Amino acid sequence: MKALAKILALAVVASLAASPAFAAGGHEPEKHDWSFNGILGSYDKPALRRGYQVYMEVCSFCHGVEFIAFRNLIDMGLTEDEAKAAAEAVQIEDGPDDQGLMFMRAGRLSDRIPPPFPNENAARAANGGALPPDLSLMTKARPFGPDYVYALLTGYEQAPDDVEIAPGMNYNPFYSGEQIAMFEPLFDGAVFFEDGTEATIEQMAEDITQFLMWTAEPKLDDRKRMGLGVMIFLVILTGMFIAVKRRVWADVH
Amino acid sequence: MDETDSRRNFLYIATGAFATVGGGLAAWPLIHQMNPAADVLALASTEVDLSPLAPGQSITVKWRGKPVFIRHRTPEEIELAQAADPDDLKDFQPDSERVQNPEWLIMVGVCTHLGCIPLGQKDTDAKGDWNGWFCPCHGSHYDTSGRIRKGPAPENLQIPEYVFLDETTVKIG
Amino acid sequence: MADSQDHEHNKMQLKGVMGWVEYRLPWVNLLNNAVGTNYPTPRNLNYWWNFGSLAGLALVIEILTGVVLNMHYVPTAEGAFASVERIMRDVNFGWLIRYVHANGASVFFAVIYLHMFRSFYYGSYKNPRELVWWLGLIIFFLMIITAFTGYVLPWGQMSFWAATVITNLASAVPVVGTDIVQWLWGDFSVGGSLLGRFNSLHYALPVAIVGVAVIHMWALHEHRSNNPLGIEVKGPQDTLPFHPYFTAKDLVGVGVFLLVLAGLVFYAPNILGEPDNYVPANPLQTPNHIVPEWYLLPFYAILRAVPDKLGGVIAMGGSIIILFAVPWLDTSKVRSAKFRPIYKQFFWLFVIDTLILGVVGANAPEGNWIIIGQLATFYYFFHFIVILPVLGWIESPKPLPDSISTSVLGDKKSPEPAE
Repeated sequence: MKALAKILALAVVASLAASPAFAAGGHEPEKHDWSFNGILGSYDKPALRRGYQVYMEVCSFCHGVEFIAFRNLIDMGLTEDEAKAAAEAVQIEDGPDDQGLMFMRAGRLSDRIPPPFPNENAARAANGGALPPDLSLMTKARPFGPDYVYALLTGYEQAPDDVEIAPGMNYNPFYSGEQIAMFEPLFDGAVFFEDGTEATIEQMAEDITQFLMWTAEPKLDDRKRMGLGVMIFLVILTGMFIAVKRRVWADVH
Repeated sequence: MDETDSRRNFLYIATGAFATVGGGLAAWPLIHQMNPAADVLALASTEVDLSPLAPGQSITVKWRGKPVFIRHRTPEEIELAQAADPDDLKDFQPDSERVQNPEWLIMVGVCTHLGCIPLGQKDTDAKGDWNGWFCPCHGSHYDTSGRIRKGPAPENLQIPEYVFLDETTVKIG
Repeated sequence: MADSQDHEHNKMQLKGVMGWVEYRLPWVNLLNNAVGTNYPTPRNLNYWWNFGSLAGLALVIEILTGVVLNMHYVPTAEGAFASVERIMRDVNFGWLIRYVHANGASVFFAVIYLHMFRSFYYGSYKNPRELVWWLGLIIFFLMIITAFTGYVLPWGQMSFWAATVITNLASAVPVVGTDIVQWLWGDFSVGGSLLGRFNSLHYALPVAIVGVAVIHMWALHEHRSNNPLGIEVKGPQDTLPFHPYFTAKDLVGVGVFLLVLAGLVFYAPNILGEPDNYVPANPLQTPNHIVPEWYLLPFYAILRAVPDKLGGVIAMGGSIIILFAVPWLDTSKVRSAKFRPIYKQFFWLFVIDTLILGVVGANAPEGNWIIIGQLATFYYFFHFIVILPVLGWIESPKPLPDSISTSVLGDKKSPEPAE
């Protein structure tokens, strides 16, 4: 059985070496101590609310969250009335009506949060040719996930002298290629938090990352809670299997 | 010797029971996934504008994938519905329990027998012996309140939840 | 060895309804002869022999979760990605089922690789079990195709570009290459047509896997399991009935297997995946670095090691085909590496070589990785074509024990007891 241990150890080393350590030119982001990390981790509800606010007041003018419906915001921690109000604040195209025409109506809980641009071409035209990506899955769609998003948002800096910045681009060492079309989106006091939290860049970046982790993995809390139960069950079951095996083999050893 | 045997049996039975419970719990997600998903459950309501409907006219609207019959009843139909003899009704329900406003009958247009769509929405349709709706699949007759009068269907046509948002707008669901 | 007379002798007699059914459809005796008290099993099997039953369990888990996922999946280029996200968000327990399915595939391959290395170490593929080995390799090949087609289904960036790169391999075929590629695609590029047929194959091939697995076990039951000593079973004193001894031992493996799978599913569900696959497929932009899932990395490394399109394809295909020849390339009369001191060293070198190939496959083909990949590829084939036959001729094995029972029960210093 030493051999088994040896193979497993080697396999682990190999898989670590094989993990995606290639942010292609981008600096490796620092590890952040997120509330949702770890075996017992879960989302920080007040941070999610603040992050949602930052998304709506800052990001949503360029970036969509196409997989999120207003009803989902209730799971996130908004009250039903708040979610309904948010839905009713937007106009959704519906139809066709009896005349065969499309019409606009107030949003409902079942509607998705509408994207800022009707299609990719419109988004590019409005953003100097760059496409602001949808953010629903951003924290799962990049190496280092939430750490990367946080580092990117807080990582804008003066370009080093030897780097020539292309027109319309901004310097950010964490971005692949280190030049990003998005200008620095956050500044101190960009939003006003009702819960009294001070809206520093770091605070807002942390909250929006928390929110975007939720949009990418809304079942994380369920998953970790269920996981604990399943693991405990399986540890007991495996223990019982070992006991059964010993009992069965007792008379032949 | 006996004691060892019973201890051994206890261990086997306990392990078997524990594993069976685990297997049962593991089966639940595989079963529950077939129930309506969260996005399906969220698509619950439809609003309908009733203003174009004159008395004696009907429309069919789709709600949760099923047809909903909306009929602007004539005074005669209302009277007929209200005057029904309770003894004639297989599934007794007074008309007043089936409508919020007697002029408007709103019900799910699915026969309670085996799920066909009854006729009677168009003027030219067969309306059955009670001048309401008639299911051509197995010959169930419904009256002007959508109640089963004759045929194999066991229950009256189902009434969905709805509210009148104003005089001529109704929200179903 | 038990022969057919033993079977008759041990036939279970059943009464009542069970007996009525058994008379017409002897399923209880079938099971009893296959995995029950009437299947004599070498008493010295160690835990390396658990991976067969675990592979079966993994296959069942994959089929159950897969059938269920397919109820919600939409196999069109427009709808696939969103339908997977709907499974993750809206379908009841959809996230759980999908994570079990995705990580289950990884664990399945891990189990299969350990199963194969077990066979290499103890010489399980040797006479008279060559066809058991062949059938296993056919299962392995079907698994690769199934896993690959399945990886394409979510229609993320990595799905799309993996499909593009791998189907383009067919263009290496001389003369008709482009025609074959177009036939695979059903289009002029990778798109909805390919996705539809991959979905169909991904659903159908596991049925074939089940069929071949049954034949694999049928062939196994003719000469029964090899064992850590690699010597023949000489009589009843060398065996134990499969049930309850090895059913109990297999259950321990099942517990550990489920713990590993649950650990991945609940605490690191995306660690074996690629972030790029959470970006919807974009035919106009290739990700910086295309990598297959970890279990295909060694083959990917072999593909890239040869600096020629057709040559790479041939090398990759050859790396699997050569496994079919292993029962004859290995000329040693002794099965178990326990008694082959030199082979044992080379076995571990081979294990390390495959791991190196895996690491090479995960890294961009630049700088030293190219030369390391070529050396490791060379050694992979060298192991089979040169080392295996030559070792059989020059190595002098240690003396074999007289029988399993004397080795296990008689000699306290036995190399590796059953436990």
